[in-house]
Amino acid sequence: MQEPLLKTVELKKTFGDTCVLNGISTEIYEGEKVVVIGPSGSGKSTFLRCLNLLETPTDGAIYFGGEELTHSTDLEEHRKKMGMVFQHFNLFPHLTVLKNVTLAAVEARLQERKKRKLKISKKQIVAEENERAMKLLARIGLEDKADAYPSTLSGGQKQRIAIVRALAMNPKVMLFDEPTSALDPEMVGEVLSLMKELADEGMTMIVVTHEMRFAREVATRVLFMDGGKIAAEGPPEEIFGAPKDERLKAFLSKVL
Amino acid sequence: MDINLLNAKTLTERLRSAFVVENRWLLYFQGLGNTLLMSLFAVCIGVALGVILGAIIYTEKKTGKAKILAAICKVYVTVIRGTPVVLQLFIMYFIVLVSVKNGIVVGSVTFGLNSAAYVAEVARAGLESVDEGQMEAGRSLGLSYSKTMFKIILPQAFRNIIPALFNEFIALVKETSVAGYVGILDLGKVPGLIQSRTFDYLFPLLFASLLYLVVVYLLTIIEKFIEKQLSKSDRDGGKKIITGGRKKCKNRS
Repeated sequence: MQEPLLKTVELKKTFGDTCVLNGISTEIYEGEKVVVIGPSGSGKSTFLRCLNLLETPTDGAIYFGGEELTHSTDLEEHRKKMGMVFQHFNLFPHLTVLKNVTLAAVEARLQERKKRKLKISKKQIVAEENERAMKLLARIGLEDKADAYPSTLSGGQKQRIAIVRALAMNPKVMLFDEPTSALDPEMVGEVLSLMKELADEGMTMIVVTHEMRFAREVATRVLFMDGGKIAAEGPPEEIFGAPKDERLKAFLSKVL
Repeated sequence: MDINLLNAKTLTERLRSAFVVENRWLLYFQGLGNTLLMSLFAVCIGVALGVILGAIIYTEKKTGKAKILAAICKVYVTVIRGTPVVLQLFIMYFIVLVSVKNGIVVGSVTFGLNSAAYVAEVARAGLESVDEGQMEAGRSLGLSYSKTMFKIILPQAFRNIIPALFNEFIALVKETSVAGYVGILDLGKVPGLIQSRTFDYLFPLLFASLLYLVVVYLLTIIEKFIEKQLSKSDRDGGKKIITGGRKKCKNRS
């Protein structure tokens, strides 16, 4: 039996008196594309943000590649393997597109060089990472924007660059937090098709989204969250085709 | 009003006694030199210490860590901002640094420590002006807190606080004119010195003021230049820039 890549055990999160996550236990295997749906306030985003500890869970455990994260002293190493894409892109506005993509990767390699006393010049590292970044940018057709600043780009371009920025770290899993919610409708397509490509290449993905069509087409498993719990889960055919849970039925009738 | 202002003959004589006699013009530039020296050191101390103070207070507010350290910083800011700089200068000159013979050093340290409190508040506001998503994005890429701070948050904060920071520098340059109270020969002290010889304040005061004005004007030019350099990346024309700073009145008799 294959080990799960990510596993949560009775994950709980409270903000003051409000309980946002009320015991989430799930396992995510390599290559899975898990889409998390649910009404707003159901804890979807908080769940996702707990996975790489942007939010510290109040209780419970998270295992990533077999290692427990909530007490990890090496959180940064784990985070490098989890790419995260945000609703509001969060590109670094003071850096060019190319620097946005290479910054963290260069830093990571400089750190490694120091730790393992590698004999490679900083210039060499930067040159290599620039080359890799340019290939990634070429892939999304934005290599001509390498020297532009984010403020000159459209929302769709920004989000695709944010995805590439996460990919530059060679992550094992990609976390998407409502990646298309802040986009103009005509730009949603370009971002979703890039995500679909990634899925087809076998990337493990966890996606919080309101795009039900995307969920139906790409997901290998759908989690329906409500009131801080997983209220229903299963393959998309089952969730969308033959929902059993009453709350799920009510939710789907509103969004579909 | 000075009744002799319109008399050309006495005016030339007064000009002469204010600048030419005994090479008095040298005094102004000696004073200016000391003022610039103190201001420069004070700005360096103020920015270095102020940014650290601001970052600590910001970190405590965001993460809840370093509570005791932040409390100390807050007390420092409150005390320094709550007492007149002249008294701080006296305290330094006559008590804390009484063994230091060099007045310029005492002045630099005093004004630097004073400025740090103001810079701390400016820096904190600047850090808070950066979107929270920036820190999250940095951390999610595996960068450490301090790396994210230095590479991502601080550069953006810095851009946003340039006007407030230069307000502080300008205030600081003029503030150093209280140094004369403890016998440091700064630019503000020179007119009084010359008047004590010539019994005429007119030109010494005008010229010393003009020199301050020139210095401040140069600072403004530097500010505009830096702002222009840093605004390359924005299309919004720097909407988030924080303006304003301290307005202080000094009651020099």
